[in-house]
Amino acid sequence: MATSTAAPAAPATRIGRAAFEVDDRLIVAGPLRRTLNKVFPDHWSFLLGEIALYCFVILLLSGTYLTFFFDATMQEVIYEGGYAPLRGVEMSAAYESTLALSFDVRGGLLIRQIHHWAALLFVAAIVVHLLRIFFTGAFRRPRESNWLIGVGLLVLALLMGVTGYTLPDDLLSGTGLRIISAILLSIPVVGTWVHWAVFNGDFVGMDIIGRFYIVHVLILPAIVLGLIAVHLLVLVKQKHTQFPGAGRTEHNVVGNRLFPTFAGKATALFFIVFGVCAALGGLVQINPVWLWGPYNPAQVSAGSQPDWYIGFLDGSTRLFPAWDINLPGGYVIPALFWPTVVIAGAMFTVLALYPMIERKLTGDTASHHLLQRPRDVPVRTSIGAMALSFYIVLWISGGNDLIADKFDISLNAMTWFGRIGMILIPPIVYVLTYRICLGLERHDREVLEHGIETGVIRRLPSGEFIEVHQPLGPVDEHGHGQLAYGGASVPKKMNQVGGARRAIKGFFSPVEEPAAVQAEAEHEARGLEATEAARRELTGSGRPSEGGRPSEGGRPQEPRD
Amino acid sequence: MSTTNPESAAPLESGRRRLLRRRPVAGSPAAAALDRRRSKQRRRVANVAGLMAALVLTGVGYSTLAPGANAAEDPPGVVSSAVEAGEELYTRSCITCHGSNLQGVEDRGPSLIGVGAASVYFQVSTGRMPLVRQEAQAPEHPVLFSDEEIDQLMAYVQANGGGPTLPSGDLRDGDLAEGGELFRLNCASCHNFVGEGGALSSGKRAPSLGDSNDLQIYTAMLTGPENMPVFGDNQLTPDEKRAIINYVQTIDAQADPGGAAIGRAGPVAEGLVIWVAGMGALLFGIFWMGTKA
Repeated sequence: MATSTAAPAAPATRIGRAAFEVDDRLIVAGPLRRTLNKVFPDHWSFLLGEIALYCFVILLLSGTYLTFFFDATMQEVIYEGGYAPLRGVEMSAAYESTLALSFDVRGGLLIRQIHHWAALLFVAAIVVHLLRIFFTGAFRRPRESNWLIGVGLLVLALLMGVTGYTLPDDLLSGTGLRIISAILLSIPVVGTWVHWAVFNGDFVGMDIIGRFYIVHVLILPAIVLGLIAVHLLVLVKQKHTQFPGAGRTEHNVVGNRLFPTFAGKATALFFIVFGVCAALGGLVQINPVWLWGPYNPAQVSAGSQPDWYIGFLDGSTRLFPAWDINLPGGYVIPALFWPTVVIAGAMFTVLALYPMIERKLTGDTASHHLLQRPRDVPVRTSIGAMALSFYIVLWISGGNDLIADKFDISLNAMTWFGRIGMILIPPIVYVLTYRICLGLERHDREVLEHGIETGVIRRLPSGEFIEVHQPLGPVDEHGHGQLAYGGASVPKKMNQVGGARRAIKGFFSPVEEPAAVQAEAEHEARGLEATEAARRELTGSGRPSEGGRPSEGGRPQEPRD
Repeated sequence: MSTTNPESAAPLESGRRRLLRRRPVAGSPAAAALDRRRSKQRRRVANVAGLMAALVLTGVGYSTLAPGANAAEDPPGVVSSAVEAGEELYTRSCITCHGSNLQGVEDRGPSLIGVGAASVYFQVSTGRMPLVRQEAQAPEHPVLFSDEEIDQLMAYVQANGGGPTLPSGDLRDGDLAEGGELFRLNCASCHNFVGEGGALSSGKRAPSLGDSNDLQIYTAMLTGPENMPVFGDNQLTPDEKRAIINYVQTIDAQADPGGAAIGRAGPVAEGLVIWVAGMGALLFGIFWMGTKA
């Protein structure tokens, strides 16, 4: 084989030759090298979105297995399967196949439970990911489009959850379907038509399970898959945000390359997520449809709740007063319309438009690639905490009958707690969060100005007591630090600046002698061990004006002129 | 009407169809109004009849208690001694709220005339009576009377006004699947899908059926304690009651094939688990990965 001087030497190994042949035909080496060298910043909170992604992968895999055995028809059958308490009962083929899936298919119950747990985890991870994006300001220009896609994915995840919840056609899911039907009917003017379009007639008909099935296994996953791809491509194109810190600017990304470090971590995280879902699926029973019984519109059970992510709508419905609006001509706008369609619509609209709203209010149209610490933007953080507290009150109210029952509280008291709480708690949370943010900000500034409290108290010859502070950097003649706040976390404990000896190695049990580590630290003169080794006499105040070294700190003084 | 053979599917079919046929009629507004009117009349008649019956029974009760008036077929002294012992217990523990003649005391306790031995059995053997304090609903406490004492109390109350008595025979002698259908139709709306219990208004509640024995469930249906409606033998035949008990107790004893049952409480408990255990474990996981940066 002929080689030119410019080209690299011919590959010697078998794999190298194969790769060379592939590249010769497809010319992928360049783009692949660029992709594998892509740098991702390192922070634990950047892995939250990945959890959602891996949940989705688990959902696709487990859901595919379930489709092999699930029969999405509402044909009435008599159950003759293995579960004795339902033998001879009339039920739909969908419910019968779910029972068969749970009791007769090898591994069916495990996969069904993994699928359901992964679904709950999927939405939970999306919500936590969204909170991280919100509170660190990662949605700011140029990432508004990805924020919108993310909110769209959240809504689609909720719809996937609702349609999946309906499929088994048990008494619980049928009750949920009845509520969906009522919500559709409550929409003014078009409600009846929407209901007839969705159900192909009156509730419940013979079509809805089949329709929800196609929506659940084909249409929604396809859209979600496409949006996730766009979400990630935009992320790669715009580069990941990072927290401010040493060497990090608006124009660089500090972190690990995609290959091998980041890829290794991502693979590990996938297995952790899969492990958690599998452990829950194997150890904790979820949605035991055989206990719920087949759906029968004449029956409804106490404690019928939606899955957690729809709980806030159940809660808002429980709290909202029964205010039907009666219009002339016999038209009624049912009270159900407000807590479900209007509140949910308003919540998701404000959520989706928040980047634009904040841009308008702050006038900040610059591009941002460095994240903000929540404390540095107290108004946004407080708004977020306020919205979260409102959501949580609705969420708790969605399960208020169970809480009332288990904790022996009056259900009426729970309802009034929710009604008053959803109005009073958010402003209280706003004020509290704002004060906490300001307090944290001031503490950062105080440490930068005066240094870390060492816990060492000195008594001066005059009788005065002072606490020795460790400045973080150079100080002026008054002992004040000269470092400016850079938006990054400020060390506030001596251990964080090397005050303690390094940690003893070993995960479960120590693999080295603490005494040896101590001796090593004294030998290397690191941290406090250095000063302890010197056995200095602590008599002066440590002030520079009294001969102390600035690095030894001193009590803050009033500036002199 | 009733299913005599629990193994066959045919009677179950007829039972189900009957349930479904009866519902729309009973649910229509006209029928409901008619029912209300009828039930009002029925109540008036029942009140008069009840009063008469009570008087007659009090007379009979008095005659059994009166010295020298022992029933001919019973061994002399046995019945009356149980009733006497029951009266003794009643006077000690119940009289404050239910009155010296079981007639009840206003704002304290209802009349016990006509409640029958079944009601006494349920209230005392579940630890609801004697009442701890007046509140939304009688709380359950450890049972204060021995089985023998409960029998004596039952004899006393039964002797002074009559009423529903304890059933006999195998209380689980009913069709399992039919019991499930009847449970979901009649009981689940308060007691939850499989009898885990649920909240009612203003601090009242439908208790969990997990600790109840067959007789307690039967007598509860028969007498309708607290906020529970009475399921008399015309609403649920004795066979149907036995089917329901069979279902409740079978499900209660049944293992959970999916793993930890988390209270069989449905999505609220599942949401708690996914946030605390699932999300908690993963947050710990990514935090740990973060420290390895």
